[in-house]
Amino acid sequence: MSCDLFQGDTEAYDDIIGNMHTNVRLNPDDVAMLVTILRGLSGAVSYIDVVHHRALLSSVCGMSLWNYGPDVMDALVELVVSLAASSGKFVDLCLDMLVSNFIPPYNFLEILKQPRGLAKKDQVLVRVHSALKGIADLVPLAPSRLEQIVRERVPNVFAKEAQIVVYVENMLMLAGGEMGHLVRDAMIFELVNRLVDLDVDIGWDEVLQDDPSKGIFEMELNDMARPVDESEMEMEEPQREYSGRKVLWGNVVAQKLDTLMVLTFDHLQSCYQSGRLDQVFKALLQSFQSTVLNAYKSKFAQFVMFYAFHLTPKIVGHNLLVSFLKSLQAPSIRKIGGRANMLLMHCRMSAVSYLASYMARAKFLSASYVTIILERSILATPQLKSQLCKMPLEQIFKHALNPLEVCLPSIVEEFLRQCDAAQLFRVSGTFAFHGLLESDLSRAFGGFERLDLFFPFDPYLLKKSDKFIRPNFIYWSMVRTTYDDEDEDEEVTSDEDEAEAGVSNGRGPMSFEDDEDGEDDEFDMNLNKMSITPRNSSMLKYEEQHRKMQMPSRIRPSTSPESL
Amino acid sequence: MEGLKVSKAELMVYLHPSKSKNVTQAIDNEFSSMLFKYDETFDGVLLAYSASTKNELGKILPGLNPYFGVKTQAQLLLFYPKPDMFLEGKVVKLGEHSIHIIVLGFSSATIIEEDIREEFTHKVKHGEEVYASTVNRRHKIEVGTIVRFQVKSFDEEILHISGSLLQPHTGSVSWLDKHAEDANAESNIKKRKGREADNISASVDEDSLSLKTDHKNRKSKKHSKGSSR
Repeated sequence: MSCDLFQGDTEAYDDIIGNMHTNVRLNPDDVAMLVTILRGLSGAVSYIDVVHHRALLSSVCGMSLWNYGPDVMDALVELVVSLAASSGKFVDLCLDMLVSNFIPPYNFLEILKQPRGLAKKDQVLVRVHSALKGIADLVPLAPSRLEQIVRERVPNVFAKEAQIVVYVENMLMLAGGEMGHLVRDAMIFELVNRLVDLDVDIGWDEVLQDDPSKGIFEMELNDMARPVDESEMEMEEPQREYSGRKVLWGNVVAQKLDTLMVLTFDHLQSCYQSGRLDQVFKALLQSFQSTVLNAYKSKFAQFVMFYAFHLTPKIVGHNLLVSFLKSLQAPSIRKIGGRANMLLMHCRMSAVSYLASYMARAKFLSASYVTIILERSILATPQLKSQLCKMPLEQIFKHALNPLEVCLPSIVEEFLRQCDAAQLFRVSGTFAFHGLLESDLSRAFGGFERLDLFFPFDPYLLKKSDKFIRPNFIYWSMVRTTYDDEDEDEEVTSDEDEAEAGVSNGRGPMSFEDDEDGEDDEFDMNLNKMSITPRNSSMLKYEEQHRKMQMPSRIRPSTSPESL
Repeated sequence: MEGLKVSKAELMVYLHPSKSKNVTQAIDNEFSSMLFKYDETFDGVLLAYSASTKNELGKILPGLNPYFGVKTQAQLLLFYPKPDMFLEGKVVKLGEHSIHIIVLGFSSATIIEEDIREEFTHKVKHGEEVYASTVNRRHKIEVGTIVRFQVKSFDEEILHISGSLLQPHTGSVSWLDKHAEDANAESNIKKRKGREADNISASVDEDSLSLKTDHKNRKSKKHSKGSSR
């Protein structure tokens, strides 16, 4: 073949190339011809020159496995593997060709969900991944190239949903496959980046186009009052809304994100089942700290972490909290210059939001566990502990600067109601921001509206992936408040009832096995009562300090978790 | 095996101002980011390093980001395959047209049909592919064999070596070493015998010839090592 080329007679060569471009309605002869050509080429890879046979190479790389039957696929894959191994020059080319086969051509996107399409997908992807493994076996550094190529070729936010989904499926296949230990971290990182990309593309105004006169708590209660109807799910109306509940239907980006979240949750679950969650978790935590934590008010991507914690709350959750608290405690904050300081402040604020929201919403965290974490990480430092005990909460809240004015009004209202009921303190002055979703002051103070409107683990609004989150989530309606609500049927009654309720919800009354010394006893006792209605103000100090950092919903579970 | 050397280097490492808090770690990071990559200044692939700084003072570069340079002394273990060097690696795949080898666990090498001397023929025995020597029945190359081969070229980008088995003293390392020992012993006997009779067989002649070239090569290797420092 190459001889012909050098003699100037390129007819046979052109013929070969021509054969590679026919992919529609191949008859058995065409198939046999193509297979012969490809097999012949695999035997002659060492003679293929990157300059002289440019046309041939580009034709080979332009072939899509999706267009051919199993015979041609096998021959093509064999050729690509031998080509990659024959010379360093072809490694990138071949990996790129295989990665481009992650996504089917346009005409296949439609039938991808039909049985025919699924069968084809299996056939193609099995070959693509075995070829990638084959190349990695022969060229040990190939996975590092592959990692880069996969990250470069990820479809952007504007690509079709089917394309993104099948690509991410492939990424997860790589992460869970034989090369997993080499490429897993990069795949997880990239996946989380994609999720955040899609996430920030969904505007907050789309999530919060609610009646501003309605408080957040009422909105959430309404959510629970209505079970989600399947028929409604299928309707493709933009932004269907009923009585405050909002699921982001028509939003195309949200749909993409939703499907990817399902894939991610499934992957985490399979990792958990095969005992590999620990490996994934490290990468997940790192990417969380570097991207999600810094992403401005990300809405859904963080639920990947939430779900990961759910799978192994004990070990994993502890890791998270410790790393959060480390970022909170960074002592040298003043030594760094202005900009770095600002960044650190933002990081701190996000971390506090996440920590609080996580503890408030995670149903799988037992109350005793929360306090143990708090105790070990914050209260272990004697200085911090005494600070906490002597915290002049009342004075702070009643200070002339009025810190409550910069918080979300509905939260403040709820907070004051509870304080009042618990006889912690009363605020005499009325807050003049009734009916506003956010106060003007908070914008000015909190900087970028951060203080008042960021609750990382607010109820999840993506419909398909919701099934993973819902069972592990504490809704406001499940929370019993410290005050008696007139319109509420249930009544807050005796302590026994509460204890019972606590058990039924998996948040049993707390017990402390390790009383380290006498000094701690008093404090422990107070913490012990945190989950039970506090009756006197001294113990409420801790409760309130604790609550200040979080969504008020995590107070106590209700007596009736019928909503689930 | 050739192609490995330890170099002492005096380097200036430029660090971002944000790294000023922990310079040692920053230097460490700089070096580890170069691992398993070809670097022109080192003229080789960095495999291992130990670096230290003596001078406490850094030199600040003017500019938008005031990077600062730190003088560093380092010992570097480098892999620098050059044409005609002899390397050793493990065979991972055999085919009618090529042998695929991995050197030091990270660099891939391919020997194509053309570069395998005619002594070796490709056979399929019990479903396994083998390159067997027609001269010495025990000299075989199969998957898992460690082979010694000559470098033809080295792709610095992906660290891919194109090799050859044309030289007589290339092939399975275990066979070559054993054979060299045998030949040595044999030639000693022959020397003694040679005084008595001058009938040296042709095959021994060949072997001693190959040993001589091997010896020469080793000499030149030492020589090149010295000059490369």
